[in-house]
Amino acid sequence: MAEPAIELTGIDKRFGAVHANRDIHLRVEKGTIHGIIGENGAGKSTLMSILYGFYQADSGEIRINGATVKIPDPNAAIALGIGMVHQHFMLVENFTVLENVMLGVEGAPLLKNGISKARAELKRLEREYQLDVDPDALIEELPVGLQQRVEILKALYRGAEILVLDEPTGVLTPPEADHLFRILEQLKDQGKTIVLITHKLREIMAVTDNVSVMRQGAVVATRKTAETTVEELAELMVGRRVLLRVQKGEAKPGEIKLSVENLTVRDGRGVVMVDDASFNVRGGEIVGIAGVAGNGQSQLIETIAGIRTAVSGRILLDGQVIDITGAADPGELRDRGLAHVPEDRHHMGLVLAFEEYENSILGYHDDPLYLNGPFLDLDAIKADARKKIEKYDIRPGDPRLKTANFSGGNQQKIVLAREMERDPGVLIIGQPTRGVDVGAIEFIHKRIIEMRDAGKAVLLVSVELDEIRSLSDRILVMFAGRIVGERDTDASEGELGLLMAGVEQREAAE
Amino acid sequence: MSQPFAKLPAWADYGLLPLINLIVAFFVAGLVVLLVGESPIDAAVLMIKGAFGSGDGVGYTLYYATNFIFTGLCVAVAFHCGLFNIGGEGQAYIGGLGVTMVGLGLGNVLPWWLVFPLAIIASALVGALWALIPAWLQAKRGSHVVITTIMFNFIAASIMVYLLVGVLKPLGSQAPETRVFGDGGQLPGLGWLLNIVGFNMRSAPLNISFLLALVAAFAVWLLIWRTKLGYEIRTMGFSPKAARYAGISELRIIIITMMISGALAGMMALNPIMGAQHRMQLDFVAGAGFVGIAVALMGRSHPAGIVLAAILFGMLYQGGAEIAFDMPNISRDMIVIIQGLVILFAGALEHMFRPSLQRIFQRVGRGKREAAAAVATGGGQ
Repeated sequence: MAEPAIELTGIDKRFGAVHANRDIHLRVEKGTIHGIIGENGAGKSTLMSILYGFYQADSGEIRINGATVKIPDPNAAIALGIGMVHQHFMLVENFTVLENVMLGVEGAPLLKNGISKARAELKRLEREYQLDVDPDALIEELPVGLQQRVEILKALYRGAEILVLDEPTGVLTPPEADHLFRILEQLKDQGKTIVLITHKLREIMAVTDNVSVMRQGAVVATRKTAETTVEELAELMVGRRVLLRVQKGEAKPGEIKLSVENLTVRDGRGVVMVDDASFNVRGGEIVGIAGVAGNGQSQLIETIAGIRTAVSGRILLDGQVIDITGAADPGELRDRGLAHVPEDRHHMGLVLAFEEYENSILGYHDDPLYLNGPFLDLDAIKADARKKIEKYDIRPGDPRLKTANFSGGNQQKIVLAREMERDPGVLIIGQPTRGVDVGAIEFIHKRIIEMRDAGKAVLLVSVELDEIRSLSDRILVMFAGRIVGERDTDASEGELGLLMAGVEQREAAE
Repeated sequence: MSQPFAKLPAWADYGLLPLINLIVAFFVAGLVVLLVGESPIDAAVLMIKGAFGSGDGVGYTLYYATNFIFTGLCVAVAFHCGLFNIGGEGQAYIGGLGVTMVGLGLGNVLPWWLVFPLAIIASALVGALWALIPAWLQAKRGSHVVITTIMFNFIAASIMVYLLVGVLKPLGSQAPETRVFGDGGQLPGLGWLLNIVGFNMRSAPLNISFLLALVAAFAVWLLIWRTKLGYEIRTMGFSPKAARYAGISELRIIIITMMISGALAGMMALNPIMGAQHRMQLDFVAGAGFVGIAVALMGRSHPAGIVLAAILFGMLYQGGAEIAFDMPNISRDMIVIIQGLVILFAGALEHMFRPSLQRIFQRVGRGKREAAAAVATGGGQ
């Protein structure tokens, strides 16, 4: 058998007390797609950062195509034919595709020759791999799917034989993701080696040849994809059996609790973000809003929660009009029974620099329960925080710990505990499980269903279509600020995907 | 994963790191002293002796420190709200008007212990009102508070020149200052306090406003970490988005915080005016408002740190004056250079040594773990 494209032996890496990678052995065969799957914090990104020269391993050996190598920085990785497509694109927004591709490898102080050479090379790459992008288009004017294609082109332009993709589908619609997978297949057929990092089991099953599972910094198993199952991988990731399907009974919708009528919202620059949206949420049901990130879902829920103001339309909470034109006050809405788990946990839902107990009252700090005249009643607040820590199994269970030191899942539980324990009538949840590990996802989904079964109206926004489909009782799809359709939960993924992509746009593009 | 360095233990973070910064600052300052042909060691001895060697030395050091505590607290309170109030200088200057009004008006009528509280209120109120306008512009119009407070320093200076040269100057006098306050407008000294610890203060102007500064430091600690308002201020400072989410009014918090900040600066005026000169003179703030920025940075915006940093800067002022007096090659401006170096290393380059220190701690930590592991395996055999 040929030498493997990548062979890692005994890679070990510590960050202070954190043992990010422990004695990792990994073999990626040439011309295959190799998936690396694991929860957040399992050490996937650290491992790939070592491979790409961002970090140095404390010990261990890297072999590329059979030769032992040292990779002190990304330039060395590129020279070895390793290309990386980052989760967050590293593109200059106001440069053209061509300029981005040749950035850093211009070849000479004057750009003229470099540009014509790059243009020719780009043409060849496009032909060879069917990666069509207009080289003169500005990055900021391209949809994310195409921006990602530019990232791939960038790597290929630098002669990458091994392509590492870090969570590549996070920002894509299902059709865009499918397209990406077709591109990956093609690259594989041309002999490239691809490493795909993801936490989505479905993607692993769809495109990879082999898959390695990481848990707590170690590779716990490597399987041939054809010989494993989603259930087995999930169990390997978490270390115990996981319920992947959400268990829930029939919804029993009651009174309309939240009603949105012809809502239009503009952002600071006057661009319409929510366009004439109307819908109801009843008590005892979960209404999910599906859509690719950036299609107005964030603005919609922030407006309902009183954080943004609207241009026109009406919002009724329990039949009472909410003032949405200027005097909206999230504090007042909380008093009226509206709880909000924001999408942006790090900047909005929590103050990361605060200790845990301080965050456990954010937004409810006006409650006399927590106050002693103008002073905070620290004993009462901490006792209350401890109760929530226990009930929501927040780990580590220390209310004095800085919030930034909790994992994503536990941070989310801090927010959920705060918002749910208030027994609100209406609960708005944005991205409930973004950056949350599989074990906590199960817990969070269960609590959301419990809220529904207790007769609360739940409005759910998520970019994870699977999550929307498994939790919601009704699904609304948002595209370009408009609600473009309502479907039952038995709507197929393809159908929802088309709606999410805005069908007309799609037809024009293809 | 996102934390490439070991976290420092609290004592290293709050004690060791500032100490290293300080040592480097003094080392570089020593090189400067060497450059002009004086002995850095003599200079250091002179400075310490000048600042702490006599009752008057200590008195002056703490007198200067009083100013810096007030202005340091002023900057720190605004910092906690994410605001950079550079206007302490002007707010303190204008705050002098409040002190002067009370001192001139009531100094001959009431005893000092009745005038003092009124003067506190007046100085705080005037300082707060001077900060209110930039605060309002920031909260309502988005005019950056850094720019507006700098502008307001100039406006304050101009107004005070106008008032001291024209309106407040006694008829026939040549000096741009008010008349001396009556007995009630003069604060008692703290010579007795230094007597207790064995120092004899003769002429130094240390006065009761030093105690007020300590009370203010404690009050700021209470406000920031123990009250609902402080919670809201810190939320706003760390994350305006979280504050909005929590229903905290940005307008209200910015205005209240800036007014508290301005009030603290305004109270600084009590120390030189009522405590030392017993009249208002031109430019009595003398840069204390700006030193307050360095004090707040060095004290990590914590009142305890601010008191310590203020005393350090008091020492630099007092000891520096002694050096300038005794060493002919070192002028007053050289002392400003040394102060500047302390500000540079302790304030602006506060985190310069953090990565190396973290690496050292990481290595020591690992060594310990390995030793422990070796003992564990050795014990097993």
